[in-house]
Amino acid sequence: MRIVADEILRVENLHVSVEGTPIIKGLSLTIHRGEIHAIMGRNGAGKSTLANVVMGHPAYEITSGNIFFKGEPLEDLEVFQRARAGMFLSFQYPAAIPGVQVGTFLKKSVASVRDDPPKGRAFRKELTAAMEKLSMDKSFLSRYVNDGFSGGEKKRLEILQMLLLQPHLALLDETDSGLDIDALRIVAQGINEVAADSACLIITHYQRLLDLVKPHYVHAMIDGTIVRTGGPELALELEDRGYDWLEVTA
Amino acid sequence: MSDETQEIIGDYKYGFHDPENSTIRFDKGLSEQVVRDISELKNEPQWMTDIRVKAYRHFVERVMPEWGNCSLLNMIDFENVTYFLRSSNKTEKSWDDVPDDIKNTFNRLGIPEAEQKWLGGVTAQYESEAVYHSIREDLEEQGVIFLDMDTGLKQYPEIVKKYFGTVIPHSDNKFSALNTAVWSGGSFLYIPKGVHVEMPVQAYFRINAKNMGQFERTLIIADEGSSVHYVEGCTAPSYSTDSLHSAVVELIAMDGAKIRYSTVQNWSSNVYNLVTKRAVAHRNATVEWVDGNIGSKLTMKYPSVLLKGEGAHAEVISVAYAGKGQHQDTGAKVHHLASNTTSNILSKSISKDGGRSSYRGLLQVSPKSIGCRSKVVCDALILDEDSRSDTYPTMEIGNSTSDLEHEASVSKVSSDQLFYLMSRGFSEEEAMGLIVNGFFEPFTRELPMEYAVELNKLLELEMEGSIG
Ligand SMILES: Nc1ncnc2c1ncn2[C@@H]1O[C@H](COP(=O)(O)OP(=O)(O)OP(=O)(O)O)[C@@H](O)[C@H]1O
Ligand SMILES: [Mg+2]
Repeated sequence: MRIVADEILRVENLHVSVEGTPIIKGLSLTIHRGEIHAIMGRNGAGKSTLANVVMGHPAYEITSGNIFFKGEPLEDLEVFQRARAGMFLSFQYPAAIPGVQVGTFLKKSVASVRDDPPKGRAFRKELTAAMEKLSMDKSFLSRYVNDGFSGGEKKRLEILQMLLLQPHLALLDETDSGLDIDALRIVAQGINEVAADSACLIITHYQRLLDLVKPHYVHAMIDGTIVRTGGPELALELEDRGYDWLEVTA
Repeated sequence: MSDETQEIIGDYKYGFHDPENSTIRFDKGLSEQVVRDISELKNEPQWMTDIRVKAYRHFVERVMPEWGNCSLLNMIDFENVTYFLRSSNKTEKSWDDVPDDIKNTFNRLGIPEAEQKWLGGVTAQYESEAVYHSIREDLEEQGVIFLDMDTGLKQYPEIVKKYFGTVIPHSDNKFSALNTAVWSGGSFLYIPKGVHVEMPVQAYFRINAKNMGQFERTLIIADEGSSVHYVEGCTAPSYSTDSLHSAVVELIAMDGAKIRYSTVQNWSSNVYNLVTKRAVAHRNATVEWVDGNIGSKLTMKYPSVLLKGEGAHAEVISVAYAGKGQHQDTGAKVHHLASNTTSNILSKSISKDGGRSSYRGLLQVSPKSIGCRSKVVCDALILDEDSRSDTYPTMEIGNSTSDLEHEASVSKVSSDQLFYLMSRGFSEEEAMGLIVNGFFEPFTRELPMEYAVELNKLLELEMEGSIG
């Protein structure tokens, strides 16, 4: 098999079902290091399904097609192994883990994911720097993971994790939703920092994030497939015209 | 260690045992003579012998509890239990004088180390009696009495006589009768008026022999305006035959006093743990039971508080973990016997690998007690289809001036939580460990740090190797 240098994610003619219902119907996509791809599409188009299935969510069944990460097939890797291999998903709806403090959680997560994890003071230094970047107060560390967090706080915690875990592939599922204007700018900075040296897939409904994080490619998704791929101008067009016009040509 | 032993022990870290060296060992089985022999051996005053004999007669007549887990209870073979075993002739004040085997055991359990770092006093009981005992000099100088119960009876017979059995009469239940008949060891703790003991004092109970019965008896009296934190730890080796642990713990908090009693029990799965714990709280006193139940075959334990004086407060925080072949029947009882008394009960249980946990609670407000407040929260977490959790709450409310809340929830680990954690690099077992530790966190945070760390490790260990 010939692999283009720096290919991070390759999805080939993917078909995915949930409880017997097909959701993704023949989707292909390749992302290289340093590239930012955006996926836009209506509610229910299958965007989160794609992100979840790449990360290895057990509820989704791949009925045909393949997913490769750095040229290796993913099918035999469990979710945590994908994370350790350098994949990261920022959740649309991050789960709460009551009783588990953010600080402890981050430390353990970094220790299990990174090859040469910072320890002790080095970790604390890195953590403090990352939190400052995201304008997060220290008090976050003693709260329980996503428990009682506001929508925007959850998203910030996701990006904090991304900064600390330093993934090679970042899947960002509606990371912009629920963020106020200042937070959006802050989070966008965080994404740009990671995206410079990794592959990035941004799922979003709005142009406002793409003004701040410039995508190289924009994909329009309808009913489980990518119906059109273009540059940043496609996002503007979608924002302007919606998705109906694509359906006709699809 | 032989393979067979390893199989029985499994992941239970404290399952090792020492050779059974004893200086005095009674034959298995129970009779009035055994009861009299124990008393005679200990050179007790006649009144204590009389209490024991009376209790024994009650035990014989008393029927088994008809709740909890009857089939397991009825499997207890009282004739196959060793009721008294002395493994060291003296209670030592220095670890250097404790026999090597026993000292090594307590070293492995980390007791001398903990003592140096953060405890105000330690009693280490091995089988039937204390083998080591010490208290910090400054506490002794303030008049704090911390002794094993046998020595307490010898040195302060008048205090023991005044309070022994006043909170839990021998006739309370079959196992309090048994304990009263054959008790040995336990702690005797008295805090004088106004003295605040800042560092926790600890008693550690270790069963070593096979088919051993351990019947410690603890009496804690906090005089007016005093406060103390007492910590109890227990472990036993893993054997294929059963051991019996049946303690009685009586607490008395005088006006304005505060007693916190924390337990981290981590029995091997061959231990019947049938314990009666009850406290009396006088005017404006506070009693807190912080009760962690890990392991054992069957635990039946319901720490209770009698709120006797106006303004008294009770706090019961308990967790139970029921693994394979284990039944944790635990809970709390609070009796509001005076006006403006308040209580909080938080009970958390986890059932896994076919384990069963039951919450059994009683909340009582007497008709004359006005303006009482109570909140009861029971949360159960069930980790798989084979496991079980039940709740049996009872409320007896004698008037309508009280403010009472009761919440109960049963939950499972959600696949969203697991997926989230696994996407952050945690294996399924590690993810379960985190969720379980998080679930117990409201309990763990009440423990001294060293215990909290240990408990978290323990639970993580429980999550290992069992997910398929
Ligand atoms: N676990 C599941 N069980 C049942 N149906 C599911 C599951 N996950 C997704 N679906 C269904 O698959 C379809 C696609 O869902 P998905 O979450 O991927 O959409 P989306 O494009 O992310 O939408 P949104 O913009 O609203 O986030 C929907 O009809 C959804 O109901
Ligand atoms: Mg979605």
